[in-house]
Amino acid sequence: MAAASNNQPLLEVRSLRVEFPTRRGTLLAVDDVSFDIAPGEVLGVVGESGAGKSLTGNAIIGLLEPPGRVAGGEIRLEGRRIDNLPYEEMRKVRGARIGAIFQDPLTSLNPLYSVGRQLVETIQTHLPLSASEARTRAIELLKEVGIPGAEMRIDHYPHQFSGGMRQRVVIALALCAGPRLIVADEPTTALDVSIQAQIIALLKRLCREHGTAVMLVTHDMGVIAETADRVAVMYAGRIAEIGPVRDVVKHAKHPYTKGLMGSIPSLGVRSERLTQIDGAMPRLTEIPPGCAFNPRCGARGQRCLVERPDLMAAGTTRAACWLHDRGGVGPAVGKETVDA
Amino acid sequence: MLAFILRRLLQSIAVLLAVGVVAFSLFRYVGDPINAMVGQDTTMEERAELRTKLGLNDPAPVQFFHFIANAAQGKFGLSYRTSEPVGRLILERIPATLELSLCAAVFALFVGVPMGVYTGLYPKHWSSRLFQAVSLIGISLPTFLIGILLILVFAVWLRLLPSFGRGETVQIGWWTTNFLTWSGLKALILPSITLGLFQLTLLMRLVRSEMLEVMRTDYIKFARARGLTNRAINFGHALKNTLVPVITVTGLQLGALIAFAIVTETVFAWPGVGQLFIQSVQFSDIPVMAAYLMLIGLLFVLINLTVDLLYFVVDPRLRSQGGTARVAGH
Ligand SMILES: Nc1ncnc2c1ncn2[C@@H]1O[C@H](COP(=O)(O)OP(=O)(O)OP(=O)(O)O)[C@@H](O)[C@H]1O
Ligand code: SF4
Ligand SMILES: [Mg+2]
Repeated sequence: MAAASNNQPLLEVRSLRVEFPTRRGTLLAVDDVSFDIAPGEVLGVVGESGAGKSLTGNAIIGLLEPPGRVAGGEIRLEGRRIDNLPYEEMRKVRGARIGAIFQDPLTSLNPLYSVGRQLVETIQTHLPLSASEARTRAIELLKEVGIPGAEMRIDHYPHQFSGGMRQRVVIALALCAGPRLIVADEPTTALDVSIQAQIIALLKRLCREHGTAVMLVTHDMGVIAETADRVAVMYAGRIAEIGPVRDVVKHAKHPYTKGLMGSIPSLGVRSERLTQIDGAMPRLTEIPPGCAFNPRCGARGQRCLVERPDLMAAGTTRAACWLHDRGGVGPAVGKETVDA
Repeated sequence: MLAFILRRLLQSIAVLLAVGVVAFSLFRYVGDPINAMVGQDTTMEERAELRTKLGLNDPAPVQFFHFIANAAQGKFGLSYRTSEPVGRLILERIPATLELSLCAAVFALFVGVPMGVYTGLYPKHWSSRLFQAVSLIGISLPTFLIGILLILVFAVWLRLLPSFGRGETVQIGWWTTNFLTWSGLKALILPSITLGLFQLTLLMRLVRSEMLEVMRTDYIKFARARGLTNRAINFGHALKNTLVPVITVTGLQLGALIAFAIVTETVFAWPGVGQLFIQSVQFSDIPVMAAYLMLIGLLFVLINLTVDLLYFVVDPRLRSQGGTARVAGH
């Protein structure tokens, strides 16, 4: 697996804040997010739509779309700070040290360039190879991602590939310069259900073989359970819980995670959803004081309405919930969404 | 692909035939060709005889067939005004118009496209805003006014450039060119700018809006995520994806340039086919007008064919689909 001789994490994210200045004040879309990814590790990131998963990923690859910006915190890759690098320096990191895979393979590839040309240009941008060496490498990569007839297919254009095949090409593109980390933002959401599992399995196998770490953003708890080593659960721009995947899935400590895990349709059990979370995640402009989850939380107490919990040790995971603090949640208060 | 080209060729021929009908009708039904050819004192019998001899009593389809057959060989009869063969008149004039239109197109392309790329990449920069504002003027001022203003500044006040005519030209075979003499080149400048300015602003605005659109696409974001250089992204991936609309518009505008050269040629006394056309309108010189019509029709068709073929060069999706998707739309 990973060739890490020391214990230094590959990626360190510390107190990351992402802001959007808008006419009606600044929106804080990612608020005080911290986590590490070890070399070769797969970190799953889950959470409802709008939780800030993609923004966190984009901040790491340095491609936040303006007016969004990193307003605080630090991101370090292999010990080197990358969140404040000049554009040109960060460009050399992207593709070479950090690869990215986006949601829609149908639109990720330039329709006017053959896949070979896109591979070769990426390889040559980052590695000192001649055109023919780069082409050889590109063919090898296409074989590796399971494209039959790679020698011939390399000269084909994106529209000549199916969706699943295109996502394989995208994976080859993300891996072609040998990055240490891949940020994969919902890499299978746009694909046919029948090929999602294949693509995830491929991504997992390749990253294991290459010792590449992955930040895997997905809505699919099943994928996380099968693929990730650790999982981070995001809620309203913050991490609600983070820990080893087994513990988070089986023994969630945060009430929100428990609700999420309840909604995994497990094999054999006929979608008997054990827990369902009422209500919806608040909009960025309406995040309540105290714990952001409190309007939907059945366990909330007085303290949850006024004091914001940070991540704290909760058995084998870390959760942002006063239930795991010595002080507790304070006197109980009813759940709003149920009352209403 | 071959089927597509054949289909396009057939369509082109159909278009040319339609233009032929218009030209023929002009010939046949506007004014009386006999009147134009004979003197006041010709008798009715002589007129009737001439009419028969010229085939003017034949049924219309037969006459049309003869007209097209002659037109295909460049025979449009004699000019009513100068009594010279129309084919030769046009041939003498066409190099002037084509060279002017070519220069205007090159000017519009090589200034308009880079300006469009720039304003598309840096839409908020002050110079982009300036280009945008100036281009609005370029689009709204009529051509003749621009021509007259340029003459006023560069010919009358600064005395840098000539205000009319082609200057010295060099004869190569039947073609006369401006490109080989200093005065010929100088004479090209003002008319080319006048003629090309509108197209320039049009292209700039088109490339700008296409660029803005392309820069938002996922494949540009993914290209950034792959760490490609800005140069490769902006001038490779992005610009190439704006090319299809640019080719379409450039093609159509090239046709328009040749057709609209009429105004510019009049302002600058440029001895091209446009000027010839204006003169023939004043004299009701029907054969010349008909020939001009056919010529413009032919050029439009040729340009459109070229544009269609260029699509195939640019867009691989068309090459494999038989070219029905995008091309059919325009
Ligand atoms: N350009 C923007 N301006 C204002 N707010 C934005 C902008 N882009 C994103 N946001 C906000 O930031 C929040 C987080 O967005 P993000 O895309 O990271 O969510 P996500 O967790 O990836 O959701 P999904 O699962 O739908 O992809 C959302 O609430 C969104 O409304
Ligand atoms: S802190 Fe309170 S409101 Fe928030 S999840 Fe824990 S118990 Fe619920
Ligand atoms: Mg997202």
